[in-house]
Amino acid sequence: MAAEATPLISCRDLTKVYRMGTQDVFALRGVNVDFIEGEMTAIMGPSGSGKSTLMNLIGALDVPTSGELLIKGRPLSKLSRDELADLRNETIGFVFQQFNLLNRATALANVKLPLMYARTPVADPVARARECLEMVGLGERMDHRPMQLSGGQQQRVAIARALAGRPSILLADEPTGALDTKTSEEIMDLLTGLSSEGITVVLVTHEPEVASYASRQIHFRDGQIERDERRAS
Amino acid sequence: MKIGVAFQSALEALISTPLRSFLTMLGIMIGVASVMAMMAISEGAAKQVDAQIAQLGASNLTIFPGASRGGPRSGGGASDQPFTESDVDQIKQEPFVTAVAARISGSVMVVSGEDNWSTSLQGTNTDYFLTQSLSTREGRLFDTREVSSGAAVAVIGKTVADALFEGTNPVGQTIRVNNVPAEIIGVLVTRGQSSGPGGDRDDIVIVPISTARNRILGGNATVARYVGSMEVGIADGYDMTTAQEQLETRMREIRRIAPGGTDDFRVFNIADFVRARSSTQATFGVLLAFTAAVSLIVGGVGVMNIMLVSVTERTREIGLRMAIGARGIDILGQFLAEALALCLLGGLIGSALGVGAAKLAANVGEFPVEISPRIAIIAIGASALIGLFFGFFPARQAARLNPIEALRHE
Repeated sequence: MAAEATPLISCRDLTKVYRMGTQDVFALRGVNVDFIEGEMTAIMGPSGSGKSTLMNLIGALDVPTSGELLIKGRPLSKLSRDELADLRNETIGFVFQQFNLLNRATALANVKLPLMYARTPVADPVARARECLEMVGLGERMDHRPMQLSGGQQQRVAIARALAGRPSILLADEPTGALDTKTSEEIMDLLTGLSSEGITVVLVTHEPEVASYASRQIHFRDGQIERDERRAS
Repeated sequence: MKIGVAFQSALEALISTPLRSFLTMLGIMIGVASVMAMMAISEGAAKQVDAQIAQLGASNLTIFPGASRGGPRSGGGASDQPFTESDVDQIKQEPFVTAVAARISGSVMVVSGEDNWSTSLQGTNTDYFLTQSLSTREGRLFDTREVSSGAAVAVIGKTVADALFEGTNPVGQTIRVNNVPAEIIGVLVTRGQSSGPGGDRDDIVIVPISTARNRILGGNATVARYVGSMEVGIADGYDMTTAQEQLETRMREIRRIAPGGTDDFRVFNIADFVRARSSTQATFGVLLAFTAAVSLIVGGVGVMNIMLVSVTERTREIGLRMAIGARGIDILGQFLAEALALCLLGGLIGSALGVGAAKLAANVGEFPVEISPRIAIIAIGASALIGLFFGFFPARQAARLNPIEALRHE
């Protein structure tokens, strides 16, 4: 059973407080949760429930007000800004709702981008970028710019970019939020496939159909976990 | 991120907004172009001065009679003791002196057949050919024997030759210099115009000093073997200031001037005179170049402004780059590379424009211009420094962005 596996990501009493004017807003109130290697988890909840905040903390994009986050057993609070950047580069792949591609660069150049920032140089970044684009089914459109691609294709480029650095964690924030139903299904099939290949996928969504692809669903409300359900596999 | 990759990415970003990149570069281009043009004109003027000094003899000192006042043209007063050949001989004994040209100068009318020409006469000895580095293109110079015998021979400049013997060889012809007949034995190699003392340096007749003294210009009532002034050649590498002081000391001894007494002569460094005269010109040139440099700085401020706008516009891109693993230094490098590329490119185009402007000035305004690669390297280097300096603040601002805030930026 999955509970026996070592947690890849461990959240200990995570609290995040934003200051809005004179008021303190609690985005997260002492969240404790583990993510197991290879598992696909959907985080759900109404907006403002803290699901995106948790995602940003796991992605090392933001720091918690209190509590500790461990990735592969490393406490993130001990890491410098540069070490966090390296962690994002080596261990984490991001997929965003708005794709966040560089419009002036080709699909290939977009996918290659994270490899340019790798501390240990990648032998052949172009070959790796091609490989990733082929993996997401865009082998024919490597030299297209984002504007010449459909929304679904752009999201595939973004997924290829997230995969380029061979991450162990893939974080997807509303990956189908800007896509139609059919394209959404294609993207979710792709993510499910990656999960079955051993990548830990954490996705944030408010659509139950999208969440149904995940083997585990965590429901957030008011900065706390309301429900944590695993689908019997 | 490697530097080459950073520059490639910078160029891609600049090319994606061509008009903005061009307008941003414009300030740097104009600044560099003006610095280049001003420096080319200023250096051209300086080079012309150097050429004049070389023509006049950079290692010559001239001794005039009379108390030290005014320029080299003002003659000695009536009460001043004139120089004689004996002064010349004694000065020549000094070890650092290579040549002493004794001179008597004046204006004369030269006549050949129907033609006449008003020119300047130089009565001198053979050392004058050394101090002025003279040689003939036709015929020969006169020798020491002709100087001591007072031979009626003359060496003429090209202007005089053209005026009196247009097209024909003047050597062997006889001219009348202030009604005194003299045989032309040589025509000088052209020395050209000089904007310094002398004007047309080919408008000259040179005769032995004895001939000038005894027959053409007349001597001096108070002394025999009169000499108007002395042009003293100083040994190569000998310090001119020291030479000047030593000549002054020696002259005081020769002329028995008591310590504290007033000199009745003055030793003059003609190169200093030309330099002093041209220093105003040089100051003006430097001032213009400085003004141009200010415009370069204004251009740099323009670059900074646009880089700040660019950082704001591309906040999401910066956030994305940080999310996929760019360190602060990578972002800093990226924006510095953009500012540097803008300024370097502007500097290169500006230098080309500056060279063009200088050449145009040379053709239209007939300025002497000197385009040195040194100035181009300095100008382009300065624009690169401006790029780094004014690019640093926006780049650092980009590098310090919080990744999550940058990603959420609209």
